[in-house]
Amino acid sequence: MDLKDLYQDIILEHGKNPRNFGKCDGHNHTAKGYNPLCGDQVEIYLKVDKEKNVNEVSFEGSGCAISMASTSIMTELVKGKSLDIAKEIINEFFNMIKSGSEMKTKDLNDDQKIKIMSLSGVKKYPMRVKCATLSWHTLISALDGKNKEVNTEK
Amino acid sequence: MNINNIKSQFPIFLKKINGKPLVYLDSSNSAQKPISVINRLDSFYKNEFSNVGRSIHSLSVNATNKFEETRISVQKFINANSKDEIIFTKNATESINLVASTFGQQNIEKGDEILLTELEHHSNYVPWHYLRENKGAIIKFAPINDEGDIIISEFEKLITKKTKIIAITHLSNVTGTIVPVKEIVDIAHKKNIPVLVDGCQSAPHIKIDVKDLDCDFYAISCHKVYGPTGLGVLYAKKKWLEKLPPFIGGGGMINEVKKDKITYAKLPEKYEAGTMPTAEVVAFNESIKFMNMIGMENLIKHEKELTNYALEKLRSINSVRLVGNPKNKAGVISFTINGIHPHDIATILDEDGVAIRAGHHCCQILHEKLNVNATARASFGVYNTKEDVDILCKAIENCRKVFDLK
Repeated sequence: MDLKDLYQDIILEHGKNPRNFGKCDGHNHTAKGYNPLCGDQVEIYLKVDKEKNVNEVSFEGSGCAISMASTSIMTELVKGKSLDIAKEIINEFFNMIKSGSEMKTKDLNDDQKIKIMSLSGVKKYPMRVKCATLSWHTLISALDGKNKEVNTEK
Repeated sequence: MNINNIKSQFPIFLKKINGKPLVYLDSSNSAQKPISVINRLDSFYKNEFSNVGRSIHSLSVNATNKFEETRISVQKFINANSKDEIIFTKNATESINLVASTFGQQNIEKGDEILLTELEHHSNYVPWHYLRENKGAIIKFAPINDEGDIIISEFEKLITKKTKIIAITHLSNVTGTIVPVKEIVDIAHKKNIPVLVDGCQSAPHIKIDVKDLDCDFYAISCHKVYGPTGLGVLYAKKKWLEKLPPFIGGGGMINEVKKDKITYAKLPEKYEAGTMPTAEVVAFNESIKFMNMIGMENLIKHEKELTNYALEKLRSINSVRLVGNPKNKAGVISFTINGIHPHDIATILDEDGVAIRAGHHCCQILHEKLNVNATARASFGVYNTKEDVDILCKAIENCRKVFDLK
């Protein structure tokens, strides 16, 4: 195993300088996520309009480089997407982390696909998968608008 | 025996991790096992296995004798008055639950206070929390200072007429603080308050003398003392074990069973219901023999040298911040690196064969107090060497490289 498969430059950069950090203006959906095994926590803020488009996405929280980068990249990719497309991206992301399948969605451009694929190294580190997926599960909860706290161990 | 060659007694060190020799720095979590303990488990199952207690046949008589020999070894190891004061449990967590539950049943009323410290592991907090939930008890936490030492004057102030029991760790699994238990027991006993000591971390690293400490209860985790998993010890003064109700009910802990009445067995069986981890108890005797063979003085000296060496080396690395600086510190070193989360540190170190722990180490109260979400922790066992520390420091440098830190 090469550590650089896991800690790719894109991940380190996003880990150090997470995008869309803080509460976005006018957010009307939020959800919290927590991993009791390691203490990682995240809160996702969404501004969803009447046509069910995610106009704004942001987050607050703390965690390792993998979790911060994963969340940062996620917010970039989901911003401006419709709810349905956002869910499709989330599903493809989970498949990629689990089985290494490629991101096929037409709703991401090549640059965006490279970004999200940089997280695929996590699958070789089973103990770190939850670091990468916590915020994505939390995003689902926020999209559903049920405000249900996500807990990796429940 | 030369303590520097002790690694050869531990077969796990023949194994490579990610192609590198194993540098095991997670002994506070669980210690590796010497070959004598592994062989004893094997030989007991192969040649001597039987349940202990009531059967008349030869195998059972032998197994019972071996089982009881370990009890006497534990008694001597911690200098207890009587073998009846040594109760085998599933783990130290169960030992503490046993006391919280039985003592609580008998002695805790609504509004009564239980005094803990901010250093406690969750296993010495959650069992008491049940008494808060079920009986309306109040839990107080004696504060620590920035160094990780309990502030004794503040501790004393928290004792009131309502304080019914004090439960403290002997050695912090995060800061390595060795707590002045004897002093605390003295303060408590002047006010007739019993003291439970969580000895999970101390038993493998410092000399334990329950008579000298005069504590009422002492919990030990056998797998941290180079012994098998699934086994803990509760030491309790006989007067408590006689007075308190039984904990788990079932076979082995009864005297007479009638349709309308049950009487309980004498000590220590009163607290050992059901089939016990027989082979583990028998094999634990080898762990104590191993500790005695090394000699507690040699072990303490070795770990002290190692800890001082590691502290000095870690302090010299840029951006490493050590967590706590207690007056009296054992071989448990928690640290953070500016700009790298402890989980990332643990993953990168593992690549170099270095096993550490990252997270809150079951001490969320303490981490909150120290104002950190998580820490990386290197903890020593008797088998660690200065070379291990060198490899750790090199691996930390590699973390900084992976993260491109200046």
